Amino acid sequence: MVLLDARGVNVVYEPARGQRIWSVRDVDIALEQGEFVGLVGESGSGKTTLGFALTRMLRPPARLEGGEIHFDGVDISSLDGEQLRAQRRNGFALVLQSGMNALNPVRTVERHFGDIMRAHARPGEDGSRAQIRRRGAELLASVQLDADVLSRFAHELSGGMRQRVSIALVLSLDPRLIIFDEPTTALDVIVQRAVMQTIKDLQREKGFTALLISHDLGVVLDATDRVMVMYAGRIVEDQPSADLLRGPHHPYTEGLLSSYADPRADEVELGGIPGVPPDLSLAPAGCSFAPRCPLVEPICHEVDPPLTPLGAGSAACHVRASEVVAHAR
Amino acid sequence: MPASRTPPLSVDQVVKSYRARGRDKVTAVDDVSFTIAPGAAVGLVGASGSGKSTLAKLITGSERPTRGSIRFGDVRVERLRAARLRRFHRQVQIVFQDPYGALNPLHTVAYTVMRPCQNFLGMSAADATRRMHELLETVGLTPASQFAAKLPHQLSGGQRQRVVIARALACEPQLIVADEPVSMLDVSLRAGVLKLLARLREERGLSLLYITHDLLSARVVTDEILVLNKGKVVERGNTKDVLQHPQDTYTVQLLDAVANPYAAAGESTR
Amino acid sequence: MTIITAVPPPEAPGALADVPIRPSRVPGPLLFVGRAVRTLWSNSKARIGIVLLGVIALIAIFAPLIAPHSPTATTFTPYLNPTGQNWFGTTGNGQDVFSQMVYGARVSLLVGLAAGILATVVAVTIGLIAGYRPGVIDEVLSFVTNLTLVIPGIPLMIILAAYIQSRSIWTIVLVVAFTSWATGARVIRSQATTLRTREFVTSAVFSGERLFRIVFREILPNMTSLVAASFFSAATAAVMAEASLEFLGLGSPDTVSWGTILYAAQQQNALLTGQWLLILAPGLAIALLATSFTLINFGVDALSNPRLREK
Repeated sequence: MVLLDARGVNVVYEPARGQRIWSVRDVDIALEQGEFVGLVGESGSGKTTLGFALTRMLRPPARLEGGEIHFDGVDISSLDGEQLRAQRRNGFALVLQSGMNALNPVRTVERHFGDIMRAHARPGEDGSRAQIRRRGAELLASVQLDADVLSRFAHELSGGMRQRVSIALVLSLDPRLIIFDEPTTALDVIVQRAVMQTIKDLQREKGFTALLISHDLGVVLDATDRVMVMYAGRIVEDQPSADLLRGPHHPYTEGLLSSYADPRADEVELGGIPGVPPDLSLAPAGCSFAPRCPLVEPICHEVDPPLTPLGAGSAACHVRASEVVAHAR
Repeated sequence: MPASRTPPLSVDQVVKSYRARGRDKVTAVDDVSFTIAPGAAVGLVGASGSGKSTLAKLITGSERPTRGSIRFGDVRVERLRAARLRRFHRQVQIVFQDPYGALNPLHTVAYTVMRPCQNFLGMSAADATRRMHELLETVGLTPASQFAAKLPHQLSGGQRQRVVIARALACEPQLIVADEPVSMLDVSLRAGVLKLLARLREERGLSLLYITHDLLSARVVTDEILVLNKGKVVERGNTKDVLQHPQDTYTVQLLDAVANPYAAAGESTR
Repeated sequence: MTIITAVPPPEAPGALADVPIRPSRVPGPLLFVGRAVRTLWSNSKARIGIVLLGVIALIAIFAPLIAPHSPTATTFTPYLNPTGQNWFGTTGNGQDVFSQMVYGARVSLLVGLAAGILATVVAVTIGLIAGYRPGVIDEVLSFVTNLTLVIPGIPLMIILAAYIQSRSIWTIVLVVAFTSWATGARVIRSQATTLRTREFVTSAVFSGERLFRIVFREILPNMTSLVAASFFSAATAAVMAEASLEFLGLGSPDTVSWGTILYAAQQQNALLTGQWLLILAPGLAIALLATSFTLINFGVDALSNPRLREK
């Protein structure tokens, strides 16, 4: 069953009069219930903006323009205020990169749980302190933290612990969809793996649908079932994770993969992608990756490639698509 | 590589501790000793809090050690002040981590790169302009005249970092301390900047101190590394050897932290 | 859904090859003012402030042409209500109030701007030095700043004005500036401390720059909106302070300013004689001048914080 179905999502960002930047262009996303999907992109790809758009967290000067976002059958793209809050209660949530800094420094962790549980009380919950403590301890345990963290303040916890607390807070509402936006990037490099493992385990145990947004292809391929690659506001590849590693179809994904290597190998060659990401305030015709693409052909400068079925998923590349057609003949 | 006239940099039993008001003493660097041979590329690896950035500040003279000494040839770095410290900056330069903070948002690329030429090399504006163009070409920002007039916000992260490197090279330093120079860049842009550093080192016989938490880039850039944990050196040696046969658990942890999609699939080499 | 291509693609790189290189974007003073005014104009509050200030400035500059009579000539019948000849009536000495109001604009504006500039210059100097050089210098300067802040402004002004023998406009300017530099200095010092640790400042040190250049060409240019805001705050305070001093009779006896009109009005018990215009007119004018500075300040805030900018 498709839990989140977004079609034709566009986000425009207007920092000053006369300047329009299309951060997300014509994106379709469908998340099945229980899926763990990754969204990978570098600076300017629009991945964080997309995450915010899907959870209706965009703030001016950015805004959603056109498109529909159906969560559990309800179109949330046109909702506001109390209706939107009701839908949030129904089950989608966002974990931010800086979630660990979102904790109120003068309140204990327990009070944070209390705030959420009281604001979104469900029938049968009495909101008593004992109940909050019980549920809080449960949730903390699910993120591998001891119950005594309940009585601590934010500054008494390490970065990794704070991020786990913010995940636990999100879990307190039993959301059906959680979007993680770079949840481990701001953490110390050694702690990143552990927190990511916790997120993986949680998703498997509780079965919520999850979207992991990250610039780190390695982390995403490790944790997710399916990966979408974004470039210049568009989705350029969408494959099951295992397949992507073995055979990326889009040249950008290839370039991205070549930027990783095993430092223990006898010979280490670091690839990369020459050039710079495009200026999103211009919307030239054709494929945005064309200026940097090793496979570029004339058509690439004229027509923006659509996402076509390639391999086990899809990719937006004229050259690759035509290779498949040629093969089929 | 030309025979390097760079003096060796030696760090002798350096200790740096801070006492925050009313709180306990924090020892950022705990009895660290090592040498950077002329023309060598040495890596300092560790997570945050390991003391590597503090060491960078000590080596470049921005801070003084609590104990121990830092020698660049015969010069005692920790004793340098004012004018002598300024002259020292001519020989030892630094490349910072944050390309967004390292450039004054109000100055053009030309201004930023020309200043060291005028200050250290006493060049006239015309000579400095010519040298600035050469430097921009060297770091791959071509055509130089197009980039010279730009302001930082008009450049991408990778381009800014190249400007930072051009500035560091302007006064013909003998040692460059690079503090996480690619950590804030997109992964696909890192190789370009790292290759630039490696090439510059070879062409000019520069010594390089490369500081990072990322073992992959350290492997690509350095010949030998030191692993720092909470201010102490826990492992050191030839880079490839250390990474293929790590002895300390901390080194193993750092290796595990390297994002490697190929490892995820169970393939350990590509 | 179609994507709008708003801007044509950039020129080929070759086209820029002949552009002469301007070493730095830190603009010359005139260019800076021009650009700043244009940016401020786009903010609706600031626009009102600029217009208001402009009107007052024009009145002050063209006073001899606008005022029908001399402000000090005691040729009219005293205590008159508004008449055809004396639009605002006359004072107890038979002076035309309207002409006084027009010429008074000069003094109020001059003192406001001069004291504002002087206070800002002092604040910037002290704030920058204290912010950039931690240690003894900072401690001493901060102490002096805090001391000045703690002493109540108006009583201090009164005491200073009363003791200084010469009674001229410039006394007022000095006294007012002396009591209003400290707030700006505090703020500028904080900002300088923050900027000092920024990497581009360290880069400047590594580029061989000397102290003077670092402070004035690296740090200060990044603080221009703060300095501007500081100036407008100081000018606002100066206008009010000047009026207060004049009202208390501590001004020069020869000057005609809005404050002296209030002083005269109070001496004559203008409210009792029904000449409320003698109080309303200068009071309103002072308020409008001070408000114009404050409104412009809103625009300056928007300059430095793009999120406050209007479309």
